[in-house]
Amino acid sequence: MSFNKGFNEPIAKFKSLMRYIGGMVILFIETIFWIFIPPFRKRQMLDQMYKVGVSSLPIVFLTSMFTGMVLALQSAHQMQRISAQMYIASLVALSMVRELGPVLTALVVAGRVGASITAELGTMKVTEQIDALETLATNPIKYLVVPRFLALVIMLPILTIYADFVGMFGGYIVGVFKLHIASNMYLNMTFNPLGLKDLYTGLLKSVIFAIIISIISCYEGFRTSGGAEGVGRSTTLSVVTSFMLIIAADCLITALFYFIGQ
Amino acid sequence: MIDVINLYKTFGDNQVLKGLNLSIGMGVTQVIIGCSGCGKSVLLKNIIGILKPETGQVIIDGQDVTKMAGNALSALRMTFGMLFQGSALFDSLTVAENVGFNLIEHTDLGSQTIAKRIKEALSLVGLYGIEELMPSELSGGMRKRVGLARAIAMRPKIILYDEPTTGVDPIMADAVNELIIRLHDKLEVTSIVVTHDMVSAYKIGSRIAMLYDGKIIEEGSPDEIKNTNNLTVKQFITGAAKGPITEGESFNHNVLV
Repeated sequence: MSFNKGFNEPIAKFKSLMRYIGGMVILFIETIFWIFIPPFRKRQMLDQMYKVGVSSLPIVFLTSMFTGMVLALQSAHQMQRISAQMYIASLVALSMVRELGPVLTALVVAGRVGASITAELGTMKVTEQIDALETLATNPIKYLVVPRFLALVIMLPILTIYADFVGMFGGYIVGVFKLHIASNMYLNMTFNPLGLKDLYTGLLKSVIFAIIISIISCYEGFRTSGGAEGVGRSTTLSVVTSFMLIIAADCLITALFYFIGQ
Repeated sequence: MIDVINLYKTFGDNQVLKGLNLSIGMGVTQVIIGCSGCGKSVLLKNIIGILKPETGQVIIDGQDVTKMAGNALSALRMTFGMLFQGSALFDSLTVAENVGFNLIEHTDLGSQTIAKRIKEALSLVGLYGIEELMPSELSGGMRKRVGLARAIAMRPKIILYDEPTTGVDPIMADAVNELIIRLHDKLEVTSIVVTHDMVSAYKIGSRIAMLYDGKIIEEGSPDEIKNTNNLTVKQFITGAAKGPITEGESFNHNVLV
């Protein structure tokens, strides 16, 4: 009896984990399929792009501005000791474009947009609005997931580029006004070491993060059950899972490019 | 003719439908009664194909709904209208966009024709001039009626009602009953009504079936159901606390003494 129980529990957990991952993969494949099936809902997509992109501008601005400033300030002390202050500019630029721009923007968007997608779809699920869509001969993936997915995949890279520049500007403010590095020198040291590869690895990351956020938040919304409490639970799960997967995917992609680059 | 044959549906460890059989003739108002949580809504969702059973068939006009997918299922659903328990109106759309959802999404009708059809559907349920309101601005009874207008906007052949009188006051409940009768006569539809409100069941039903323990245990005209000898059905329709349904449950015993 106890052997059976001890044995069955991990199996049941493993099965439910597999079902969870499988469900997400299926949702992803179905989303890609429905993207190419007309009608194309331009109005809904523009609405979602506004919600994902334009509304996130202030919070992305603040996060990356402060990050850029902090990066410059933190490295200033070390760099000054070896009289290499001007490299602060390169350090800020490379860290922002390769790493912090994509990751921080994705985390902010996962918290802001991902949570709201899960809460919205979850509420629709528990109030039977998703069932209602189906009875009205409308596929919920086509109607709800595709516009959100496309909006995130398009807007997150744009937000990332914006975050990169704001972060560099934050570093510039500290570098030029606090550490008294000459403005043109700072700008030179910012843009000289930046290669095209740095930009597109950052953008590739943000596209993958966008896929993670949209699929997880929609999937969690669709599997919500149990009223208001259920909506709260799946919203939390959606944000936590997105965060973990974003960080894990970031590590994986960085490692991949590191080994390819060698 | 709608034939439900040997339907089995399980959620996790909970087997809800256990070999359910039911035949519903065209043009009939079939009421399905049963306790809360006994699977009445699950049956409705199987009939319209939102849920798929483990085994069993739902045959509508010779086609098995449980085997249908894609365009065929969408085409079939266009002949259905469904009123959900909580109305299930789309919060982000106006009343007009809700009612006209199918017309906007699935037809090539011009905006004037659609507006006319929306107005027509709303007037059938007795609502006027609320097209631009949002669902959150409506009362419970109005939401039900807008939900009903949405269900009938495509002029369906079959309307499914999931607890239409639950959550509204007795006067509004009777108004909803009247509405179901009127729509049935006017649109000549087949209606399937799931409810545990016996007043409503007697008033609107041309046939009544009782769902208990995953099966239909009795089916007949309202008079036949009223005069049944089946003790389970009798307990349910009279609303008695003691009887075969509640046998062994704690509130059936005198635990306080």
